[in-house]
Amino acid sequence: MSLWRFAWASLRARPLMTALTLLLVALGMATVVMVNLVTRQFDERLARDAAGIDLVVGAKGSPLQLVLAGVYHLDVPPGNIPLSALARLRANPMLAQVIPMSLGDSFRGFRLVGTELEFIVLQGARIARGTVFESSMQVVLGARVAEETGLDVGARFVGNHGLGMDGPSHGDSTYTVTGVLAATGSVIDRLVLTSLDSVWQAHEHGKPAPQEPAAHDAHSGHEAHDEADDREITLLLLRYSTPLAAASLPRVINASERLQAASPAFESARLVSLLGVGADGLRAFGLMILAVAGLSVFVALFQTLAERRRDMALLRLLGASPARLFALLLLEGMLITVIGVALGLALGHGVIEWAGRVLIPRGEWPVTGLAFDRVEAASIAGALLLGALASLLPAWLASRTSLADVLASE
Amino acid sequence: MPDIFAADPPGMGLQIEQLVFSRGAQPIVSIDAFAMARGTHALVTGPSGCGKTTLLGLIAGLLPIQQGRIKLAGDDLATVAARGPQAMDRFRARMIGLVSQQPMLFGMLGALDNLLIARQLAGFEPDRAACLNLLSQLGLDGLAARRPRELSRGQQQRVALARALVNRPALILADEPTANLDDEHATQVVRLLQDRALALDATLLIATHDARVRDHFDRVLALPAQPRP
Repeated sequence: MSLWRFAWASLRARPLMTALTLLLVALGMATVVMVNLVTRQFDERLARDAAGIDLVVGAKGSPLQLVLAGVYHLDVPPGNIPLSALARLRANPMLAQVIPMSLGDSFRGFRLVGTELEFIVLQGARIARGTVFESSMQVVLGARVAEETGLDVGARFVGNHGLGMDGPSHGDSTYTVTGVLAATGSVIDRLVLTSLDSVWQAHEHGKPAPQEPAAHDAHSGHEAHDEADDREITLLLLRYSTPLAAASLPRVINASERLQAASPAFESARLVSLLGVGADGLRAFGLMILAVAGLSVFVALFQTLAERRRDMALLRLLGASPARLFALLLLEGMLITVIGVALGLALGHGVIEWAGRVLIPRGEWPVTGLAFDRVEAASIAGALLLGALASLLPAWLASRTSLADVLASE
Repeated sequence: MPDIFAADPPGMGLQIEQLVFSRGAQPIVSIDAFAMARGTHALVTGPSGCGKTTLLGLIAGLLPIQQGRIKLAGDDLATVAARGPQAMDRFRARMIGLVSQQPMLFGMLGALDNLLIARQLAGFEPDRAACLNLLSQLGLDGLAARRPRELSRGQQQRVALARALVNRPALILADEPTANLDDEHATQVVRLLQDRALALDATLLIATHDARVRDHFDRVLALPAQPRP
């Protein structure tokens, strides 16, 4: 009969009080864990998707909408821009990379993105099966797309106009899957990638595809031809070659009549700060529950002290030192706290994992409960400290049980 | 009066000399000299309020010795107490088995665990087999896992007795152990106490005003009624 077993038996002797206290500790911990998991994975996802992209150039409108559409593929783009912008920006020495992107079609809710192979490299993806697209109407599927649709190399499908599930189909434009990307955990997993030509072909059926603009520009230096071309793209992803570009390039682009530049870092920070108000509120709510749980640990121990005066006296009679009574009450408080924290961790991680698997089957913003970090470790340490602090006063009072109480209790 | 502390006769159990305990100016207990050899039995009697429980509290080290001396199995309680409260707690747990009027068991523990916690608090190995054997000797076979509320009053009293004996004490102190028991159970409890004390070679001192108990003892320490303040 160790002190552990004695403490455990004492807790079990008060099942309702113990269960309610455990529930409060577990709910507080679970709330803190869930908010932490979601906000951290949201932040990480924003950073991962925008990695390597310094600037997004698109049509005039909301810069946040442009970034959401072009980087995170969550919103519709504000409009299109002339193809000529691509050549002009590629000629700019302050830029290391310019990747065009044409949006507007989809397949079973997954976006069809007309772009260049550089985008696959930028996203850190690699081909898992098959090959990259080499000619018009060939596509490479993101890992999630392949998993959800069941399509594989060699499959053919018809895209839909628009970014929703219910757009009219491009019945006469059939795409062929040439490859499937390995999963990256970033936005490219849920994209269907094809060439710019494919998008143009789907929308301007019968019109001959233009020569690849960058190559054309590099060889001829003829801007006149591009300007005469009325083809459009949706946006451009830019990577600076020099930090100086951040100071001047957005201003120059925004000065043009049809283009606007938006910084993913700035816009996502703005988005996080907007959403952060809600997350902070939830986090504060969780901490408040934890504080109440700490208080309930204190009340549970304090209230039973009066009921257990006889037991405390008996322990003293049997040879328990004041330090041992102190340790016993502290142990009881810590047992409730540790079990409550463990339940809270299981609940928090379980709910988020369940939400990631069941509530978001499309993986629009995939979350997992199988992640741990320092903030969570600090939360656990904080909760345990709170439990210990809540137990201190009852433990101290128990340790002061005098031997006179032994006689009085008889 | 001989100085009983001058030299410990072999096999000495309990020795008391010029013990006075007062509350304020009111003396509660006053004993000139009283000694018991190890393994002997005695009764402390007297009317209610004469200080029987207080005397047991003094011998058990639950109350401070204000004046006089108490020696148990050769150890002076004042010397033990001077080593600090933990030393006194450990001494009491190992040397004295206490039986009270109420069984005073831990309600959330089974009979066996009530014994094991007493072993553990005294710093002994749990020795589950010995505890089960002791319960069996006291007629509690098959009741080891039962909690006090699942036992009869007589069974609870026997569990309390087992707990008092579990550390093989040199002295067993029993305070009104037969109160609220019928004749048959009162006799059973007294005989159990005497038998187990004999088996352990322990000194047995029972404080009671129960006249039924008196016939079982040759030696009686009668405390006089204390004047009311």
